[in-house]
Amino acid sequence: MTKLTYIAHDGTRFDVDAENGSTVMENAIRNAVPGIEAECGGACACATCHVYVDEAWTAEVGEPEAMEEDMLDFAYDVRPNSRLSCQIKVRDALDGLVVRVPERQG
Amino acid sequence: MSETIKTDVLIVGAGPIGLFAVFELGLLDMKCHLIDILDRPGGQCAELYPEKPIYDIPGWPTISAQGLVDKLMEQIAPFKPDFTFNRMVSSLQTLEDGSFRVATDEGELFEAKVVVIAAGGGSFQPKRPPIPGIEDYEGKSVFYSVRRMEEFRGHDLVIVGGGDSALDWTLNLQPIAKSVTLVHRRPEFRAAPDSVNKMYALQEMKQLKFLVGQVSGLAGTGGQLSSATIKGGPDGDVEIPCTRMLPFFGLTMKLGPIAEWGLNLHENLIPVDTEKFQTSIPGIFAVGDINWYPGKLKLILSGFHEVALMAQAAKRIISPGERIVFQYTTSSTSLQKKLGVHD
Repeated sequence: MTKLTYIAHDGTRFDVDAENGSTVMENAIRNAVPGIEAECGGACACATCHVYVDEAWTAEVGEPEAMEEDMLDFAYDVRPNSRLSCQIKVRDALDGLVVRVPERQG
Repeated sequence: MSETIKTDVLIVGAGPIGLFAVFELGLLDMKCHLIDILDRPGGQCAELYPEKPIYDIPGWPTISAQGLVDKLMEQIAPFKPDFTFNRMVSSLQTLEDGSFRVATDEGELFEAKVVVIAAGGGSFQPKRPPIPGIEDYEGKSVFYSVRRMEEFRGHDLVIVGGGDSALDWTLNLQPIAKSVTLVHRRPEFRAAPDSVNKMYALQEMKQLKFLVGQVSGLAGTGGQLSSATIKGGPDGDVEIPCTRMLPFFGLTMKLGPIAEWGLNLHENLIPVDTEKFQTSIPGIFAVGDINWYPGKLKLILSGFHEVALMAQAAKRIISPGERIVFQYTTSSTSLQKKLGVHD
């Protein structure tokens, strides 16, 4: 199990155990993290699972692919560390990953 | 006002469930007319993820979303459904004989004894960009679509976005606007490369401006825009004088005017019973993702089941007193005749 931490917009921390191969979005939904909507169910088609990757983790998480970058155009308050959480796959190297939920989704 | 279109069943939404409803209603001899806000059938399957594979359609280990829509269109073709695209339903009125009159946002009128709401996540509508106070300008100086190009003639225009809509309107309105500034959060575009090249060529000739950044604020009075602030670009915050803005931020889904039809609602979904999938108004049914009942799963296959049962109940309204004979398509010659498989 890989540990993930979500920080909701009001500052509440959610520490969860995630299975490798699942997505950061799926674990947010499973654990009812507020502010992650995932309207399209993880098809990279809606930009409502937008998160900010903690600065310490941006290098390890990596850059979005072209399709995700296109979808991020529709997200709210996009920053250099913005990602769509449905496109981040959990793996051992992400143990301890911290992501923040934006003020709103779109 | 155009003349009223009469049909047995009016289906709101031409996604996979609305399409399959045509099949089940057609087997019971009911004629359908579908209305959809998009310009083609398929709903979310066609608009959001046409190339994504779906793995839980019975009998299809994998099928693309668009592939499923194409197959459904083929399957319902024998019933010759009518379609009205690019329209949103607005009002609903109950007539004296118990049938319904439904109007669209463009004023067309439909009359049907049965209305089936198969509207999925709701009606696709332009997404409002996250700019504080933008509501005050909407419909006055901020528009989400171009209905008449003349409305932009002689204006200082800001267009926001990086897809085909943003680029196409930048190129089309540039000759008649006083000035055009295109704003997009990055220098890469989702639009056709040819349009992007044309835009850069016009920028080179100083016929338009392209700025990298995000619109963070608007200024103006009485709904009339006077300037927009762009942040996040290489030059820091920039203020652009402008009198019209066209943001293109994609589509979102909203229940829309159906919420005003007097139906009971449950968190923006329409509660139904699980025998007929009828709403709180007899004669109005709701199927697919838009409905709610205990145990509801938002799956396409659940919607297929729902329309089969709904069709039985609809038949009782449209042909009261007629005995409904349960038949299989595999063996019933009368069903096969309707499907055109034997002549």
